[in-house]
Amino acid sequence: MGRKILLEHANVPGIKTYEVYRKMGGYASVEKAIKTMTPDEIVEEVKTSGLRGRGGAGFPTGLKWSFLDKKSGNPSHLVCNADESEPGTFKDRYLMEYIPHLLIEGMITSSFALGAKLSYIYIRGEYMWVYRILENAIKEAYAAGWLGKNILGSGYDLDLYVHCGAGAYICGEETALIESLEGKRGNPRIKPPFPAVKGLWQEPTVVNNVESIAAVPWIINNGGEEYAKIGVGRSTGTKLISASGHIKNPGVYEIELGLSVDEFMNSDEYLGGMMNDRPLKALVPGGSSVPILPAHLIYKNAEGGDRLMSYESLSEGGFQTGSMLGSGGFIVYNDTSCIVRNTWNFSRFYHHESCGQCSPCREGTGWLEGVLHRIETGHGREEDIDLLWDIQSKIEGNTICPLGDAAAWPVAAAIRHFRDEFEYHVRFPEKVKNRDHYVAEPFEKVKHLVTKQTV
Amino acid sequence: MEISHAKQVINIDEKLTERINELLSHYPADKKKSALLPVLHEVQDAHDNWLSIELQDKVAEILEIKPVEVYEVVTFYTMYNQKPIGKYMFEFCRTSCCCLRGAEDLMDYTCDKLGIKEGETTPDGQFTVVGVECLGACGYAPMLQIGDYYREHLTKEKVDTLIEECKAGKVDLHKQDHYTE
Repeated sequence: MGRKILLEHANVPGIKTYEVYRKMGGYASVEKAIKTMTPDEIVEEVKTSGLRGRGGAGFPTGLKWSFLDKKSGNPSHLVCNADESEPGTFKDRYLMEYIPHLLIEGMITSSFALGAKLSYIYIRGEYMWVYRILENAIKEAYAAGWLGKNILGSGYDLDLYVHCGAGAYICGEETALIESLEGKRGNPRIKPPFPAVKGLWQEPTVVNNVESIAAVPWIINNGGEEYAKIGVGRSTGTKLISASGHIKNPGVYEIELGLSVDEFMNSDEYLGGMMNDRPLKALVPGGSSVPILPAHLIYKNAEGGDRLMSYESLSEGGFQTGSMLGSGGFIVYNDTSCIVRNTWNFSRFYHHESCGQCSPCREGTGWLEGVLHRIETGHGREEDIDLLWDIQSKIEGNTICPLGDAAAWPVAAAIRHFRDEFEYHVRFPEKVKNRDHYVAEPFEKVKHLVTKQTV
Repeated sequence: MEISHAKQVINIDEKLTERINELLSHYPADKKKSALLPVLHEVQDAHDNWLSIELQDKVAEILEIKPVEVYEVVTFYTMYNQKPIGKYMFEFCRTSCCCLRGAEDLMDYTCDKLGIKEGETTPDGQFTVVGVECLGACGYAPMLQIGDYYREHLTKEKVDTLIEECKAGKVDLHKQDHYTE
C-alpha cells in the first residue's frame, strides 16, 4: 500500500468543511511557517524536498520560487494554476473538490514564503461547482483568521481569491494564464521577462500547479528531507495519476513515484488491469501532449529494464522509445482502439485550442487535423503520412509557448510507432470508411494486409 | 466575429450588481478589467446564457473599459455564447478519453432523439447539443456538462432521464450546492 500524503484524509466524512479539516490537523503548516520560520527557510525546505512542478513540466518548485524578484519593490503574487485542461488529466479537480482546504493551506504557506499579499487560484470555467466549493472554503478560512489582516498576529496580511477562466486550454500556460487573469485573451507572452520578474500586472509572480501547492503543507510539517525520502532518484514524493480509457478502475490515484508501471496497471489496488480483459495496445502516460507508447515499450524500456512511474524512467530512451510523466494523465488503449482516429482527435483538440498567435501553430495544427481526418475517413494518399511528419516537424520548437510541441509530439509518436496502421488506412480505404466511430477491428488481425513495411 | 441580431432584454438588477461589486473587490481598484471573465459569466447566467452586443457594451460600461476589450474576450473563450441557445445546452465532451468510452455514439443518440444535428437547437428552443473539447472528466467518461454541473458515466438510459427531467423543469442549471452524479 503506497503512502498517501495528499489524499491521506480524502475519505474522511466532511473533510470538505473547515471544522473537520482543522480537526484532522489542517492549517498546522501555516502556524509552523508563520510562527517559527522565515520565508527563505520555507523556500529552502521546498528546495530540499526536491518537489517538481506537477503541472507537467517537472521544473523544481523551490528553484522556481527562488527566482522571484523580491528586490523590485513591487508587490509579488502567487497564482495557482487550476486550469486543468489536458486531455487525460483530471487530478486537480479531485483534490479541489474533495479537500479544498488543503489547497488553501498550501496557498497561504507558499504565499508567506514568497511575500505575496494578494494571491489567486485560477480555475477553468467549466469547473464551476468546484469554483463554488473553493469560494466557500476561502470564506471559512477568512472567518477562522487564516486569511486577511495580521494572520496569527504576525503582521502578515494575505488576500486570496478564486478566479474563473472561460474555456481555453491555452490558459494553462503560465503567461497566457496571467494575461487571462488580467481580463484579456489568453495569448502567451514571450519570455523573458519571466513571470518571476514581470508577471501579473507586470509585478513579480509565481505560477504553480494545484498539486505542487498542495504538497507544501506536508513538506513544511514533516521537513523537506522526509519528503525527499519518498520516491526514486530525482523523482521525489508522491504524484497524483488520473487514469482513463480501457481499464477496469479509472479514477485518480496517489502513488509513490518509482512504482512500477506493471503494478500500477495490473494490481487491484490501482487500475485492476484491462477492461473486459482485452489486450493492451498502447498507453499515453502523461496527458495527451506526451508521446504514445506501444505495448512492447510500456512495461519495459528498450534495454529491457522495468519501466517505473517516474520522470526519468518514463522518458528513458528519449522520444524513440520513451515518453514523459507529464501531468500524470494515464490513458490506456485496448486492441480495438484506432490509433489514427485517436491522433486525429488529439489534433482536433490542439487545433481548436491554439490561440492563433504563432503561424506554425495556428496553421500547422489545422493542417494536421485536416490530413489526419482525410486518412481516417478513407480518403488518404500514400504521401500524406510523410506530409504529416513534415508538418509536425515544422511546428515543434517554432512557437512562443509549448502548445505547438504538444500538438506535434502525439502525431510524431503515432507515426513512429504505428506507421503500419496509417498505411493500412491509406491502402484499404474501404475498410475504414463508415465504421463505428472509435472501434476498429483489432489491428493485429489485419496487419498482414499491409505487405509493404516501411517502419 | 459572429454577430447575432436577436434582441436581448438587459436587466442588471440589484442582486447582479451586488455580485459584480463583490467580484470587483477581488482586484485592486485600478485593475477593474481583471474582473472581466468572472463578470461575463455572471452576466451571461442572468441573461438566458448568451451575450448580445448591447449586453457586452453594458459590461464595458460597468468595468470602465472599451467595448472592443469585451468583444475580443467574448470571441476568444468558448464558454461565452454570442447568440441565443437552447435553455438546456448539452455539452458532450468529444475528446479522446470520452470517445474511447462511447461518447460519439451517445452524442449521436441524443441528437437523434431530439431530432437535431450537433450544434443545433430544437425548434422549441429547449435543447442545444454541442460537442466540446476536453472537460477534464476523462475517468468518468462518457459525460456531458449542463449548466454548472457535470453528468458522468453516462448511458442512453441516463440521457433519456435527463431529457425528461429537463422537460419537467426539474434541472436547476446554476444551483448553489455541490452536485455531481
